[in-house]
Amino acid sequence: MAKRVGIEVSIAIAEAAKLARSEVIPAYPITPQTHIVEHLSEFVASGELDAEFIPVESEHAAMSCCCGSSAAGARTFTSSSSQGLSLMSEILYIPSTMRLPIVMVVANRALSAPISIWNDHQDIMVQRDIGWIQTFAENGQEAFDLTLHAFRVAEDRRVSLPMIVNIDGFTLSHVIEPIEILSQEEVDGYLPPFKPRYKLDPKKPITMGPVGIPEVYTEAKMAHSEAIKASKRVIIKAWQEFADMFGRQYNPVETYRCEDADVMLVTMGSISETAMTAVDKMREAGQQVGLVRIRLWRPFPSQEFRRAAGKAKVLAVIDRCLPPGAVCGPVGAELRSLFYKVPGSPKIFSFVAGLGGRDVTVERFEEIVDKARAYAKKRPRELFEVIGVREK
Amino acid sequence: MIPEFEKFKGFKAKSIPKDEPLASGHRACQGCGEVLALRMVMKALGRDVIVCSATGCMEIISSPYPHTAWRVPWIHIAFENAAAVASGVESARKVLKRKGKIPKRHVDIMAVGGDGATGDIGLQWISGAFERGHDFLYVCLDNEAYMNTGVQRSGCTPYGAMTTTSPPGKKSFGQVTWKKNIPAIAVAHNIPYVATASPAYFLDLMNKVKKAALVKGPAYVHIYSPCPTGWGSAGERSIEFAKLAVETRVFPLYEVIEGRYIMSRKITKPKPVTEYLKGQKRFRHLDEGHIDYIQKRVDVEYEKLLRLAELT
Repeated sequence: MAKRVGIEVSIAIAEAAKLARSEVIPAYPITPQTHIVEHLSEFVASGELDAEFIPVESEHAAMSCCCGSSAAGARTFTSSSSQGLSLMSEILYIPSTMRLPIVMVVANRALSAPISIWNDHQDIMVQRDIGWIQTFAENGQEAFDLTLHAFRVAEDRRVSLPMIVNIDGFTLSHVIEPIEILSQEEVDGYLPPFKPRYKLDPKKPITMGPVGIPEVYTEAKMAHSEAIKASKRVIIKAWQEFADMFGRQYNPVETYRCEDADVMLVTMGSISETAMTAVDKMREAGQQVGLVRIRLWRPFPSQEFRRAAGKAKVLAVIDRCLPPGAVCGPVGAELRSLFYKVPGSPKIFSFVAGLGGRDVTVERFEEIVDKARAYAKKRPRELFEVIGVREK
Repeated sequence: MIPEFEKFKGFKAKSIPKDEPLASGHRACQGCGEVLALRMVMKALGRDVIVCSATGCMEIISSPYPHTAWRVPWIHIAFENAAAVASGVESARKVLKRKGKIPKRHVDIMAVGGDGATGDIGLQWISGAFERGHDFLYVCLDNEAYMNTGVQRSGCTPYGAMTTTSPPGKKSFGQVTWKKNIPAIAVAHNIPYVATASPAYFLDLMNKVKKAALVKGPAYVHIYSPCPTGWGSAGERSIEFAKLAVETRVFPLYEVIEGRYIMSRKITKPKPVTEYLKGQKRFRHLDEGHIDYIQKRVDVEYEKLLRLAELT
């Protein structure tokens, strides 16, 4: 039976990667991800996990090793953050079109400059279009569960795509939470062994990563695009099976007190829990406020989101990323596209908050809701606003 | 000495494998010395190999989908990271063998790249893979510039050579730096086997590649690869230039086995470097002063090698 223990979230993720019987783990240290790979390294050293831990010389090499290892047929896991994720960037586009089911946990962190080790979503928003499936965890239990789910989905032959589980740096990675750690039998029951359709094998030689001439490039990219769209069904089914086996239900989009809400906050990641507290407080004060949380970021769950938030009058989207010179924050822009010219759709405003570890408090959420209401009446000059900027 | 070498008798002209793991019909230029060298590499390795290729001439000429010249498993990810991809393949096979998921049979793993992929952009990935001690061989096919992108200078471009980014002009005489010594950098990693080779000495080349594959741990083979297109030399003279490079001591052939330098071919009566330089458009602008400098530096570098061979 599963046991609930007080455990650091990073260690719980390492446990998940161990229970998933990861076979190759190329990794490079970067705060705040390091605890995850440190613990995996310990599991390999103690013999608890039969895997190859490759202590590479950079994140670029980590992802390059991941490509080689996955192509050779091994279950492959790594983890990164921020500058390290950016260093990988060149390679990240490659395993997705090559359909190599690598699993990576990203402990989200701000990008330099100024250098900041603290949490926001700028690192992953840079990587929005790498073609990996991407989920966001709200708490430690979810980080553990979504890591197992990622292996299950990525390696499903109908999917065969790499997958990222985003966890907020420090606010998730470094906190101790009560987490139910599944047993090996339970995980084995949920996650079958990795059986790749194609691998590098002298008995059946294949050419992987050839030149794509203009006559085939579009089709290769299109096949990738279709595959990630089609993966949504498998993602949802794998969550359903997880719920059936272990009792915890996950959905691409979650709502909280959205019934009759005219204003809905939209969040991703761990600030969702603070947002719930804020919604409770505002509800007590008689406001019709709800919360929509996006768990599945890629492929974007368009139908589910429309169903969840289509009836709101105003969406106050929290973007944890500041795109200088852009029209709108990335999540705000996504939702504006989704609802563009849809009759009766909500007005959408993007609020940039929680950059570089700045706390987003209950009061900030109240401020955001107030502003969104005001902007709904009188359109603001800009489509996004940075919240909580110090005057002095 | 290396125990794996004891059983290896070496290839003989009569016993060169007929099998071609790299098929003909690829799109290399006429007279390409690089693909000829690669063909010899593959003949030496046979079919029990996984090839991890860097971006470059050999990658594009052999793999335009839906065609492939590769009869062995082959993977290309990017320009600079072939050594890291090979590290991943090697580690995967190690754990999969241990778990009984693949047969225990030994399969060689080769990473291959040009001089740019090896000595410039990819140096860090190679250094990392050597330092970690993965069991693989890295083959550098050195044609002394970025030929795939249209002949730009690299760290391995020789002194004085004209490329599109080291053009001679009123204030320049071409490449101003001496060729980067990548084999010496490989040796500095204390890996068990390093060698230089040339397609003009094909048995020597194949034997060195085979030894690099046999040895446990990382091995490095640096292969001189004439490029008629980039050098402005006649395609039918590629092997002649490869030979002249050795005979003039411009590209000496040697092995470094567990740190011990062994000259493969001592050039006691070297030809003057001019014999090598003439006939290549990339050198034709050089005046006597530059040629003099090249001759002196070639002699000095060769002497250094001889002393290393004596010392170790």
